[in-house]
Amino acid sequence: MKRPELISRILIITGILLAVGAPLFLWARTPLIHARMAEDGGWNPDVIQAETGKPLHLKLTSDDVVHGFAVGQMDMQSVDILPGKVTEITLTFDKPGIYTFFCTRWCGLNHWRMRGTIEVTGGSDIITAGGSSEPASVPLYVSLDLDIDAPHDSPVIPNEKPSAMNGQLLGANLPIDQSLDYYLSHSPYQVFTDLSDTSLTESQKWDAVAYLWQSNTTPESLANGKELYAQNCAACHGENGAGDGVFADDLAEAGEASMQTMEGATDMVMQTPVDFTDPSRILGASPALLQGKILRGGMGTGMPMWGVIFTEEQIWDLIAYIYSFQFEYQK
Amino acid sequence: MNRIELTRIPFIKNTLKSRYPQLAVFIVMLVGYIFAILAGLIGTPVGSHNFSIVFVWIAWWAILILVAVPFFGRGWCAVCPIPLPGEWLQRGAILAPPDKRPKWLNLRVPKMFRNIWMQNISFLLLALFSSALLTTPNITGIVLAAMLFVAIGLSAIFERRAFCRYLCPVGGFIGLYSQTAPIELRIKDKQVCVKCVGKPCYNGSDAGYGCPWDVFPGGMTKNTYCGLCMECIRTCPHDNIAVNLRPFSADLAKPTARLDEAFKAFIMFGAAMIYAGVLLGPWGTLKDAAYNVGTGAWFMYAVIFLAIIFIVLPGLFTLGIMTTKGRQSLKQRFMSLSTALIPLGLMFWVAFSLSFVLTNASYILAALSDPLALGWNLFGTANAAWQPMLTTILAPAQTLALVVGLVWSARTAQKVNEAGTSTIPVIVYCFVATSIMLWLLL
Repeated sequence: MKRPELISRILIITGILLAVGAPLFLWARTPLIHARMAEDGGWNPDVIQAETGKPLHLKLTSDDVVHGFAVGQMDMQSVDILPGKVTEITLTFDKPGIYTFFCTRWCGLNHWRMRGTIEVTGGSDIITAGGSSEPASVPLYVSLDLDIDAPHDSPVIPNEKPSAMNGQLLGANLPIDQSLDYYLSHSPYQVFTDLSDTSLTESQKWDAVAYLWQSNTTPESLANGKELYAQNCAACHGENGAGDGVFADDLAEAGEASMQTMEGATDMVMQTPVDFTDPSRILGASPALLQGKILRGGMGTGMPMWGVIFTEEQIWDLIAYIYSFQFEYQK
Repeated sequence: MNRIELTRIPFIKNTLKSRYPQLAVFIVMLVGYIFAILAGLIGTPVGSHNFSIVFVWIAWWAILILVAVPFFGRGWCAVCPIPLPGEWLQRGAILAPPDKRPKWLNLRVPKMFRNIWMQNISFLLLALFSSALLTTPNITGIVLAAMLFVAIGLSAIFERRAFCRYLCPVGGFIGLYSQTAPIELRIKDKQVCVKCVGKPCYNGSDAGYGCPWDVFPGGMTKNTYCGLCMECIRTCPHDNIAVNLRPFSADLAKPTARLDEAFKAFIMFGAAMIYAGVLLGPWGTLKDAAYNVGTGAWFMYAVIFLAIIFIVLPGLFTLGIMTTKGRQSLKQRFMSLSTALIPLGLMFWVAFSLSFVLTNASYILAALSDPLALGWNLFGTANAAWQPMLTTILAPAQTLALVVGLVWSARTAQKVNEAGTSTIPVIVYCFVATSIMLWLLL
């Protein structure tokens, strides 16, 4: 073979090998976490390994629409993931355990199902004898043995929005248990019935209930709850709590198909998102019951599980905010 | 005939005659082509950020339809890398002169396929899937790879460049529109060819290979099937091959005389209009139907697409020319007058392409800096914002293209029409089509 021919062949083969090999090599070396709408697979991979104390570098990309990334129960700013672009983030975990990361952008109807986990190991000094990280405290709804799937409507509702300011004027010597435990474990309706022996009018009793609820929250907690609500709940439950969020119609249309297909969920009927402005629904629910619903989700509806994402404090803030749709609080 | 022979300039002639410049371009193109396949398969599924989509359907398409075809005819075919691996296999060499024994089957393409119907079909197949093809990197990667492998396969079965000549979906329309280009490869003196012994330009010699496009240069009157591969310049022992600069659309004075070519004109003409409606129009249902390949709506779209191209457009054209009388048969007049649709069709494509090329050109910069969408920023342009370009001149440029196309077509109609017959129906037909296109684009 003549030299020019040989060189030509070598050049072509080198070119082909380079064109095939270089992209494959570079691609394999750069593991990306792909975000897709939950219908199309959600996160891939959806399980990430990490070690305590060691920075975890993640490169995230979206394969379809704008998504967001945040890790539940972690103090971090969520980041946006743009289609076809790469977002880099570095996380450091102090404690071992299983963390949940989730999408923070309303990317589609099943946005809430876009979750994955980060399995953080290491830090042997923190691991307890049981092998797990710090023991979790039992949620109140469990210790109270509440059936969070049972109907809990209030049979009586006030004629107008109860006013905490009016309740305050009734005086401090109302025969109500002022303890936090009492507030957490009683629905407004139960408190209302506990006031049945008093000489108060019906609307005064409701005002007293409103006052009790106001005195168990703070403006900061309400503000924080409002922000969390706008980011995480309003898509379905509506900005004003009326159950009319942007996905509400789609959820109703999708019907059972949008429900989790777990055993036991099949005999439940798909519900549209709860209307927090509906007094019978909310006044019949205790903070502990709402905590359970938010923590666990489900109920045969499209309601996601938030226990892995919100801290306990965040959930109480949210609950305080949810009640504010029912009560007139001091501005 | 006012032509300027470019091959008189020694630099041009030497560049074309030597195999090395072309080979260098081929290798670069092949690397780019394979990279585009890989990027389509492993890169981001987001079309607007995938190298394969951005470089093939925006950058390459823009260069092809706005520059290469109008000004260089089959200039793209001259550097297209698709035949390179197959030809190596077929010839058993890259550069070395062929030994006469065929390496593979070396069959002649059966007569029934020696036309451009297969190209018409392959183009239509891609056209029907185009909404998905143009936006889905995976599909683009697979189609690019398939073309390369089919070309290799056909090289092993048939002689010469069977894929380029008879199957390539792009080659068909490049050939059609190359007739309008101001570049041609022709013989200098017919008598030299008549007397030439052995016809090495067609049969090959120690100096090079026989025409890969299965064309005998001595008989060539149109650009349609000349791939500008320059092999005949290398093989001609009499220095009788020239590359000329010539007036635009010189080939169109010789009317189309084949039904496959006539229908190619209608296919391209109609496809440009349908694309303008589907891709640039405001009709969401239509877009969905075109995109959701395999659904009932898509089948409806496919049927309507084919009906417009094969029934509505040629039907109305036939009705138009039936109103005039001529000595030639209706079929002959249909074929020859379809030549008039060639310049207008090209300008339809130019106008349509200007729209989406200028709208999406800014993606090229981003894709260049991060071709595999791995978060690189090679040239600092990875985060270049999407920004439609030259928006102010878009509508005037499109209008100008369409008006030029209409005038060009009207003149072509007059040239190819037999004496004494009215061309008014053809001109009216072109005028109505131009108006519809204008409405779709603006």
